[in-house]
Amino acid sequence: MAHASELIADDIEAYLTSHQYKSLLRFITCGSVDDGKSTLIGRLLYESHLVFEDHLAALAADSAKVGTQGGDLDFALLLDGLSAEREQGITIDVAYRFFSTEQRKFIVADTPGHEQYTRNMVTGASTADVAVILVDARKGVLTQTRRHSFLVSLLGIRRVVVAVNKMDLVGFDEEILDAIRTEYLDFAGRIGLDDVTFIPLSALRGDNVVEPSPNTPWYHGPTLLGYLETVAVDDDTATLPFRMPVQWVNRPDLDFRGFSGRIVGGTVRPGDPVRVLPAGTTSTVARIVTMDGDLDEAVAGQSVTLTLADEIDASRGDVICAGDAPCEVADQFEAHVVWMHEDAMLPGRPYLMKIGTRTVGVTLGHPKYRIDVNNLDHLAATTLELNEIGVCNVSTDRPIPFDAYTGNRDMGGFVIIDRQTQNTVGAGLLHFALRRSHNIHWQDVQVDKAARADMNLHRPGVVWFTGLSGSGKSTVANVVESKLHAMGVRTYLLDGDNVRHGLNRDLGFTDADRVENIRRIAEVAGLMVDAGLVVLTAFISPFRAERQLARDRVEPGEFVEVFVDTPLEVAEERDPKGLYRKARAGDLVNFTGIDSPYEPPEAPEVRVDTTALSPEQAADLVIDALRSLRIVP
Amino acid sequence: MATTATTAATVIEGARLTHLQRLEAEAIHIMREGVAESERPAMLYSVGKDSSVLLHLARKAFFPSPPPFPLVHVDTTWKFQAMYAFRGERAAEAGMELVVHQNPDCVAQGINPFDHGSALHTDMWKTEGLKQVIDAHRFDLCFGGARRDEEKSRAKERVFSVRSPQHQWDPKRQRPELWSVYNARRRPGETLRAFPISNWTELDVWQYIHLEQIPIVPLYFAAERPVVERDGVLIMVDDDRMRLHPGEVPMTRKVRFRTLGCYPLSGAIESAADTLTGIIQEMLLATTSERQGRVIDFDGAASMEKKKQEGYF
Repeated sequence: MAHASELIADDIEAYLTSHQYKSLLRFITCGSVDDGKSTLIGRLLYESHLVFEDHLAALAADSAKVGTQGGDLDFALLLDGLSAEREQGITIDVAYRFFSTEQRKFIVADTPGHEQYTRNMVTGASTADVAVILVDARKGVLTQTRRHSFLVSLLGIRRVVVAVNKMDLVGFDEEILDAIRTEYLDFAGRIGLDDVTFIPLSALRGDNVVEPSPNTPWYHGPTLLGYLETVAVDDDTATLPFRMPVQWVNRPDLDFRGFSGRIVGGTVRPGDPVRVLPAGTTSTVARIVTMDGDLDEAVAGQSVTLTLADEIDASRGDVICAGDAPCEVADQFEAHVVWMHEDAMLPGRPYLMKIGTRTVGVTLGHPKYRIDVNNLDHLAATTLELNEIGVCNVSTDRPIPFDAYTGNRDMGGFVIIDRQTQNTVGAGLLHFALRRSHNIHWQDVQVDKAARADMNLHRPGVVWFTGLSGSGKSTVANVVESKLHAMGVRTYLLDGDNVRHGLNRDLGFTDADRVENIRRIAEVAGLMVDAGLVVLTAFISPFRAERQLARDRVEPGEFVEVFVDTPLEVAEERDPKGLYRKARAGDLVNFTGIDSPYEPPEAPEVRVDTTALSPEQAADLVIDALRSLRIVP
Repeated sequence: MATTATTAATVIEGARLTHLQRLEAEAIHIMREGVAESERPAMLYSVGKDSSVLLHLARKAFFPSPPPFPLVHVDTTWKFQAMYAFRGERAAEAGMELVVHQNPDCVAQGINPFDHGSALHTDMWKTEGLKQVIDAHRFDLCFGGARRDEEKSRAKERVFSVRSPQHQWDPKRQRPELWSVYNARRRPGETLRAFPISNWTELDVWQYIHLEQIPIVPLYFAAERPVVERDGVLIMVDDDRMRLHPGEVPMTRKVRFRTLGCYPLSGAIESAADTLTGIIQEMLLATTSERQGRVIDFDGAASMEKKKQEGYF
């Protein structure tokens, strides 16, 4: 680690000051085992003097034992981490490497090129500013080169280095580089990569890795390290509209209420107007609080705590946005989805989505198509398997704030989590909200009885059948419901079968229980009217007071009392359930009409004489009444 | 600017952050995610320099609140005396609860590095002790100061890493981590480890300590200390439990420590560096890696990975 050793030895303070202002570049390397990728990274570490003596000793021992370079140091062995992988000779995951030079600190995401490539490459690329794509000079642009380039482009990396490796094996021939350049640029144009740099090198020999190679006098571009040290670090996020997803509400005492988060776009200053989404409330920034003192300004990338001038409600998952350029809010999207788990995606299954600091329920639609990453062809698909990428509609269970991924990675990138295993099973990039859920400024829409009723072709109401046991209430009610249903009316029939066995199973037949029975039915009917339904009830409901209570529970014009008027002697003669016989024999007490009173309605909307009318005719009378009240059309 | 020019949080010209500012912001983000998505978080505190940085970052992350979790020290009773003194001061300064756990089985059996060897000593006190304290306090997420640059098997460790109800790490069940979206969910019985300074190197840690003037244990600075030399390693005679070999006489040398653990297992280096810049200077000019001072690594290339699978931090 002994770069600039003279300055370190002579003036450590000056050295530290100069290194305080280093920037950070994250890059990803893409290529297969054979391309010499591990060798290249090993070489970068070695050349930047980051390999310690004891590491070197271990490397020499390992090289002799399992190395592939004869007696020479096998730099690839510096990188392989897990012991199982070392034996297989391949890396099977994303590994992160670190080195630094005078100008920069570097974080390298090292991903393999074999079959797990998509999951690992997407993971490594998600945080990278630059991609280094290795091409074997002898083989040129291969299928995998196109695959890697597409994934890099999909994940939003704009700057690409094509490192044409093994130039030593083709005699450092300029024409070979030119041919590769021509072929690659043709493909790059199709996937929107326009900032591409080609560097001829030999990772094994060190040509153009750190020092310009005497073997390529025709090449005047930067060395690989030279490029990495000088390429503009992606500062684009600082120029975006201000965005800060709230991570944590900081409330040490009643006097302080701060919103902690990492800024993912733009800058913020005290006094800036902000809008909190999805609620849409507005305020202005009061303070930017840090332990080092309040800041005058904070930029994308910084973790801060904001206080606002107004006491507005904001919680984890909300996004504080620039007041004049808020993000969008929606619950249905089109997205690219990358599947990352052995268990295939199940369209329609409830998963969780984590986007920014917000976790919501999500379902994924059937893929519109899946993408062949080798040639960009769109293929029909019913699901997505491990390492497959497709385009799907995505529905969240509540509206979420977002920006398109291409505009802001942190506002449009999400992971998909399985609800049972809690594993991360996929990732996605939001592109745009589907039109039907587009809400640029989310308004708090009041969903009320009228709003619900508006979705139906009719108004809500209660049809309350009353009459003696065996009078024919249920028979008539069933016919009415059938007719209404045929007319497209949303109905529900409450009768002894579905109420006595559940909601009211705790009630008997004393007068007090009868009152409570009707009270509950009236309450349920009222709720269903709120929900927009036409409710039919078929109960003896012997007391006027309780029927009045049911009537009062809904609005005037929504209650239709139907008196199913059947004389006691006729009902007793029908006796469909044998209840009158039991009551007369004394086996049943408190039976309406025998030893418990029935109070006939004084002014029912409909009176049905079942001794004169068929159930069909009776039902038509009821429907006529509903029409005259304009409950049904 | 309301800030002083020396802190890492200072915004430098051109609205671009330095590498340390980006690392600091990332670590704070990770800590807040961990706290927001767990019910009983804790911070594993080893008293070393990485722990000092972690504690400092925790104070920044939640300021003006104190960090909303306890510091947990899995103690072996064999740490340097200077570390015990330092530990209490830091917890008090941060306004945090300090949970100290000593494996009662080890206490009962008197497990020590002299009679039982470094492997058993470490396994019993640290690996088992850590499991015990997590179970006893039902911590569901523990912050740790591990860095990816420390050792090869750590290069692939996730920032949020799932442990089974038996505290085991399964390299095959690692979750993909994209962007800065961390999945901190867990099934019943599972716990998480979160590593906020995963992407820091040893130099980053030292430079940050320097910039932020973070207190560290004095043992990192060179001073005259009583030591003996064994197998080429200088061991400090920190208290009278140190067993001297026949004929071994402690000698006074100007030494310091690059890593701190149990004193009989921590190798000192001869050094004149008694200031922070001196330490950094020496480190930058050094040619052996940090972990070489740790006796634990000496038993084979894959030993750390094996220990991690068994539940060692």
